[in-house]
Amino acid sequence: MATVTLPKGNPRTKLLVTLVVALALPVILFGAVLVLATIAKPEPVAVFVREVLHHDPATWPFTGLVYGVAAGLLTFMILNFGAVVAAVTIWWEMRVSSRMQSRIGYNRVGAGGFFQWIADAVKLLLKEDLIPADADQLLFRAAPYFVFAGFGLIFVALPFGESVIAADLNVGIFYVTAVTALVVVGILLAGWSSNSKWALFGGMRSAAQVISYEIPAGLAVMVPILMAGTLSMQGIIRAQGAWPWQWFVFTNPAALVAFVIFFIAQLAESNRPPFDLPEAESELVAGYLAEYTAFRYAIFFLVEFGNVWIMSAIAVTLFFGGWQVPGVAAEAYEAARGAGALPAPAWWGLQVASMAVFFVKTFLVMNLVIWIRWTFPRIRVDQMMNLCWKYLVPGAFATFVATLLWQILVARVPVASTVSGVVLFVGALVALVQMLRLAKQNVEAGGDQVDLSNW
Amino acid sequence: MQITAELVCFWIFAIPLVVTALGVVVARSPVYAAMNLVAAFFFMAGLYVLLAAHLIAFMQILVYAGAVMVLFLFVIMLLSLDEEHPQRERRRAMQYVGVLGAVSLLAVLASAIARVPDAAMSTLAQPDRFGTVKAVGQVLYTEFLLPFEVTSLLLLVAIVGAVVVAKERI
Repeated sequence: MATVTLPKGNPRTKLLVTLVVALALPVILFGAVLVLATIAKPEPVAVFVREVLHHDPATWPFTGLVYGVAAGLLTFMILNFGAVVAAVTIWWEMRVSSRMQSRIGYNRVGAGGFFQWIADAVKLLLKEDLIPADADQLLFRAAPYFVFAGFGLIFVALPFGESVIAADLNVGIFYVTAVTALVVVGILLAGWSSNSKWALFGGMRSAAQVISYEIPAGLAVMVPILMAGTLSMQGIIRAQGAWPWQWFVFTNPAALVAFVIFFIAQLAESNRPPFDLPEAESELVAGYLAEYTAFRYAIFFLVEFGNVWIMSAIAVTLFFGGWQVPGVAAEAYEAARGAGALPAPAWWGLQVASMAVFFVKTFLVMNLVIWIRWTFPRIRVDQMMNLCWKYLVPGAFATFVATLLWQILVARVPVASTVSGVVLFVGALVALVQMLRLAKQNVEAGGDQVDLSNW
Repeated sequence: MQITAELVCFWIFAIPLVVTALGVVVARSPVYAAMNLVAAFFFMAGLYVLLAAHLIAFMQILVYAGAVMVLFLFVIMLLSLDEEHPQRERRRAMQYVGVLGAVSLLAVLASAIARVPDAAMSTLAQPDRFGTVKAVGQVLYTEFLLPFEVTSLLLLVAIVGAVVVAKERI
């Protein structure tokens, strides 16, 4: 039997470096996104040109160039943000999953194995880039770009904070649904161009799955849209309150059902377990990924984990009040928006607070996704189709109609939404407490104890 | 002609649109033709965005580039069409009909473009809320209610028809 030597406690410097990077990375990324999303808009650029460079923005020929550079930097930072978020999600998922399976998990590179994602990425970059001899060269090379474009484009409409959004489109959530379609095209292409049975089956399954689950997801998204009366991401968030009992998920009983439907459909759309049929390793080797190596594989991997963050962020936006900071009155937001081109410190504080709220909520939903992955077995193809067409689609239609009726009721009796919000929120709290109590009971019944000391 | 950002964007979308549209016709492999069609739909959506019709643009991507094209690819990949060689004669006849159709379409378009006054081309006065979901919805449910309902009836018939056809096979 091979003996495994575990590291004897983390050396202090290793812990320190890990902590510094783990804390500095989000600060740098969020800071860059915050600053750039704010100043890479036409008016601040015009002010910058006038006040700092001393040129008239209307006549100076390079105003467009300054604007382009600012927008380019913002794009670069947001893509970096996406990549790092995906990588840290991998690390977090591996840590959580190993806790759930009584394994040790990542623990070698950096304290708690935090730098494992850098090591993995470097390894994947240095591997040989293989293209099967019989594969369709062009499409095989092109497929990862489709997948990555579908991933990157979503960040354009993701509301990080009160004013921190690259573009608050009039059709925001609709745009997000639309560009996700690119990922499917990429997966289908990857499956076909690999010229392998397993890959083709994976691609087919993915196409069938995503096309099917787009319908319940789209219908469930209609519920918050109906309640907010707008498709814009910021508009949907502004229509909700900051406190939990003002969130859409609680103010309308049908929205709670819609959230569950949306969540399941999103799991299926991003090929997350228990819906990872397109890459079911016990049946299809690795599905559409089977022939991919090195950097192309890394891109698929990155998008898969980045989508966990994105789907959580969208769920938070639609159902959990987005970036709304508890305790900040609507007037403060109004005042913040009227702050003009050169904002005051309070405005920046509000932005930072709203980003923090959004991040924490997204992180909690992300944890839920990870728990689901490591607790449910993969479902069969026929079960997957049955669940979608026989339960989720009719359910989504029912929530749609129920929301219409609910909106009529709320228009007549405005207190109904508050009552529903408080009742459902208290119900959710009771359920949460009960879950924790049960978990504690189970752990104790097994003669075990909750131990977090060996991280 | 003054070069504006809008004009540059127009050419960025327009030239690839024509190239990919030609690619749909010229490509020998059906998968490549379908991929060209996906790309063409995207560039088309870009043109819609330039026209301030955001809803139509993303509807285009969602419905055509997303759902319809995935179904196309699905069918093409399931039935490998490589072995099929259409009859030479039938193809010849199809080509004549195709050329005739293309020429008449070109004539209609050219006459329509020739009739547009120059003033309308240079400045496009648009209402404040043009192209938003609200504006499109209002027009759709007031002015064009009858065509809208007729179209939905047509789609319903298509769905029922598809179920009936599929059911006979099962």
